[in-house]
Amino acid sequence: MNWGKKDLLGISELSKEEILFILDSTESFKDISKRDIKKVPTLRGKTVITLFYEPSTRTRTSFEIAAKRLSADTINISADTSSYIKGETLKDTARNLESMNPDAIIIRHTMPGAPHMLARIIGSSVINGGDGAHEHPTQALLDLYTIREKKGQLDGLKIVIVGDIAHSRVARSNIFALRHFDTEIVCSGPPTMLPPHIETLGVKREYDLNKAVRNADVIMMLRIQKERGGTSFIPSTREYSTLFGLKKEHIEKAKQDVIIMHPGPMNRGIEISDEVADGPHSVILDQVENGVAVRMAVLYLLIGRES
Amino acid sequence: MKTKVLLDKKAIERTINRITHEIIEKNEGCSALSLIGIRTRGIYLANRIQAKIKGIEGIALPVGVLDITMYRDDISKLKSPVVQKTEIPFNINNMTIILVDDVMYTGRTTRAAIDALMDLGRPKKIQLAVLVDRGDRELPIHPDYAGFHYSVNLKEEVLVRLNEIDGKDEVVVVRSE
Repeated sequence: MNWGKKDLLGISELSKEEILFILDSTESFKDISKRDIKKVPTLRGKTVITLFYEPSTRTRTSFEIAAKRLSADTINISADTSSYIKGETLKDTARNLESMNPDAIIIRHTMPGAPHMLARIIGSSVINGGDGAHEHPTQALLDLYTIREKKGQLDGLKIVIVGDIAHSRVARSNIFALRHFDTEIVCSGPPTMLPPHIETLGVKREYDLNKAVRNADVIMMLRIQKERGGTSFIPSTREYSTLFGLKKEHIEKAKQDVIIMHPGPMNRGIEISDEVADGPHSVILDQVENGVAVRMAVLYLLIGRES
Repeated sequence: MKTKVLLDKKAIERTINRITHEIIEKNEGCSALSLIGIRTRGIYLANRIQAKIKGIEGIALPVGVLDITMYRDDISKLKSPVVQKTEIPFNINNMTIILVDDVMYTGRTTRAAIDALMDLGRPKKIQLAVLVDRGDRELPIHPDYAGFHYSVNLKEEVLVRLNEIDGKDEVVVVRSE
């Protein structure tokens, strides 16, 4: 197939074919990170800007490494060191950056839809690095890649997503991606954290984590989003940890070869116990490794060709 | 569209035989030698040469596959070329490598292939074997082993078809009217 999109704004606008195309392309880019010389000249002369209005270690670093391994030049702008604190609007910041002719802007913003607005007003490629509680497309792509890598396929799997579904862009993007495949998706968490009509997304709800994890192939843990008021939806983190924190006993109820995922950063002892996070079923660091490869593929597809 | 057959099945077979003998002669016994085919048709040619060397010298040379998409200088002009894997399951340091391609034209593919190999290690020598050399070089690069020389004019295109992927062996010149 031919890749025809300028931007990557969300998984909801990708077809199954496009998702698979990105995952298939990722394969070749993963090899580059394992070589002695971790650089190819593919995006030489291209400029990539990361514009982050929210804190991030993984996503920003991952994009930067991905761009650099493809020989693009990268510039990082974070809100607390930019003109944002002097009162510049996102539109003005974007137009000013555009005047410096970047090829791609990766934006993370607290407001859902910020990347979409940016994509409408500028000609450079825009990649959504997370917009509020809306979408985080590259996270879902790296999660799917990791699942496919470990399980050999995406069909026929039971996938349990646990935690603050309502405030999670990771959950949303993953559901949008996984429902293209023959998967059983179960969302588990306290009633205050599960959106009331979540079934309309084609997923099941199960308040009891012990029942949810039964026969699971994949357990995807989510972070309690303190910055989005996450802790005000639960009586206490201790109660949350007791009822929804993933422990060894849950793993024993799942399939023998279950994999445990977490987008990071982890709140150890709250949503995930140390023995699970560091245990043999955890693929959390594989997710980080695959993140670089997926982002290389995305950058290549968006800016490595003539528009 | 006019099609003219340059080489038929028999002629391709004879040409590969000759290239194989030249490789063996030039590299005296084929020690520390490996074959790397450039995607797509270079792979099959490399495999055929490997089989022939095995028949003559009794040595099974390692064969690798090189995808040069990430090293192309015209990448932005291609419409979403699919990046495929480079698969070289051996250490290329201090090896003599025979790069194998189907058609030699501007020399840009070879340039990209050499760059790609250099990023994987430090081979002792790189030699180039091609089935058809159609001339019109844009870079100072020349094959060490060329099966067939054919000067092509602007309206012509040389196509190599191999049984493994195209269902039959032939080299044709297609002329657009």
